[in-house]
Amino acid sequence: MSGSSQSGAAEASVPTGSVCMDADDITRAITRIAHQILESNKGATGLALVGILTRGDYLAKMLHDKIEEIEGVDLPIGALDISFYRDDYLEHFSPEVLSTDIRFDINGKTIILIDDVLYTGRTIRAALDALMDIGRPRAVQLAVLVDRGHRELPIRADYVGKNVPSASEQAVRLFLEEVDGVPSAVEIISTDDGSHIGSAPLPRIKGE
Amino acid sequence: MAFNHKNLIDIREYSSDDIMLILETAARFKEVNERRIKQVPTLKGTTIVNMFNEPSTRTRSSFEIAEKRLSANSLNFGGSSTSTVKGESLTDTVKTLCAYKIDLIVVRDKHAGVPRKIADTSGVGVIDAGDGRHQHPTQALLDLYSIWEAGRDFNGLNVGIVGDIANSRVCGSLVPALKTLGANVCLIAPPTLLPARPDVLGADEVSANLDATLPELDVVYMLRIQRERMEGAPYPSLREYNRLFGLTRDREHLMRDDALICHPGPINRGVELDSFMADHPKRSLILDQVYAGILVRMAAMYLLLGGSHDGVDA
Repeated sequence: MSGSSQSGAAEASVPTGSVCMDADDITRAITRIAHQILESNKGATGLALVGILTRGDYLAKMLHDKIEEIEGVDLPIGALDISFYRDDYLEHFSPEVLSTDIRFDINGKTIILIDDVLYTGRTIRAALDALMDIGRPRAVQLAVLVDRGHRELPIRADYVGKNVPSASEQAVRLFLEEVDGVPSAVEIISTDDGSHIGSAPLPRIKGE
Repeated sequence: MAFNHKNLIDIREYSSDDIMLILETAARFKEVNERRIKQVPTLKGTTIVNMFNEPSTRTRSSFEIAEKRLSANSLNFGGSSTSTVKGESLTDTVKTLCAYKIDLIVVRDKHAGVPRKIADTSGVGVIDAGDGRHQHPTQALLDLYSIWEAGRDFNGLNVGIVGDIANSRVCGSLVPALKTLGANVCLIAPPTLLPARPDVLGADEVSANLDATLPELDVVYMLRIQRERMEGAPYPSLREYNRLFGLTRDREHLMRDDALICHPGPINRGVELDSFMADHPKRSLILDQVYAGILVRMAAMYLLLGGSHDGVDA
C-alpha cells in the first residue's frame, strides 16, 4: 500500500500542548490519502468508506468528498460503532449512544476503514470484528489521520496522515470544527487532566 | 452520561435520564438484531442465571435470546425442579448459585420482594423479571420503547391502562415509569379489579367507564384478563367484561386517529381485545412490543454489567 511506515513510538516525543496538525494540514493529509487510495486501488471501483465513530465518520465524509472531487464517484459511506466489540468493556464503559449505520452491502467490497488516531490497535481489532459480523468484504484497508505508535497488536495502517511519536502519558486528540466548534486540529494534550485517551467524546449525546 | 445502577428491580429508582438511556441504548441494538449475524461479543465470559421460579415462556425466552445475542453464558435455573421444592431456603439456593461465580441473576418469582432479597443476599446484579403483583420493570421498559419508537413524546402523553389493575405487576412498573417521564396515566377497570389504594401506583385518574375515557387517550394499554380469575367473583362473565371493557372494533370510532394499542401478551382474543384491534395495522404495537423486549433486555444487561461507568474512550 502506501509507503507510510509505522512510527517509532519510543523515540523523541512531541511536547504536550502542541498542535501537530492544523486545519490546513488535515485537509492536505486527506487530499493525499484520497490520492493514495485511488492509486493503490487503481481507481474507485468496488471501494466503500467506513468511519469509526466518533471521529472517523467525519474523516470518512471528508475523504468521500475529496474522492468525489478527484474521481467523480460517489462512494458508499457508513459509520461503525464498536462499543459492543470492545475488549475493555467490562472494565471501562462509556454509555454513549451511537449506532452503526452501514446501509450498503459490504460483501465483496474493498472497505477503507477510517479512524482519527491509531494507537494501541485495539479499536481497529474491534472494528475488524464488527465489520466481519456485518458481512464479508473482499479486503479491508486502514486509513488514519495520525499514527502515534505504541501498538499492542499486530495492526498497521495502509494510509497515514502523519506519524506523531508520542509518550503514553500524552493523548493525541483530533478536534473538528463541525463537532467541537473549535478550529480543526490535532493536538497533543496531557492525560492527567481527567481527559481520556484517543478521541474526544462528542460534546452532545443524541439518540437516533 | 452516567449510569450507576447494579440492579433493575424497582423502576422508581430510575430517573428519566436513566430510562431514556436504556431506550436509546436499546435502539442501538436494533442494528445487531437485523443483520445476518445477530450477535455481538460484548458480554463474552459473563454468566447470567435465569432463575424462573414461576412458569414463564415468553419473558424467559426473551431474556435468553437477549443474553445469547450479547454472547453471555446463560443458565436456566428453576421450574419444577427448583430446589425450594426439596426444602432448600431461597438464601441457600442463591448462595449456591453465587458459588458458581455468576455475574447477574434474572429473577421471576410469584412472591413480591424476592428479587430484592436475592440482590441483598447475593451481592451480584439482579434483574426483576416479574415478582408477584409487584413489578415487572423490563416489561415497562419495552412498553415505553415501543411507544417512543412509534414517535411519541412522553411529556403530556395520555395513557390509559385497562383491565385487571389489581393483579398486574406490569402496572406496578409501568405507571411509575410513565409518571417519571411526564405522561398522564388513567387506570380504567371495574372497581373489583382495582387495588384497594389505586393512588399508591401514582396514576392521575381512575375510571370505570372505558367509552368516556377512550377519546382522551393517545395510548390504550390493554391488560390480559386471566380467565381463571375472571370467572366468578370479580365480574359476572367474560362476555360482560368484553362488552364493557374490551377494546373492540365498534369502539374504534371513539379513539383518536393516531391512538396506539399496547398489550403485554399473551392476548385473550375476544376478551380484552378483538382480532380487529389486536391486528390493527396502524394502531397495534403488540408485535413491536415483543421485539422491543429483546432490545431493552439487551440494553439493560449491557448497561448493568458495564465496567466502571467512567466514560473512558480509548
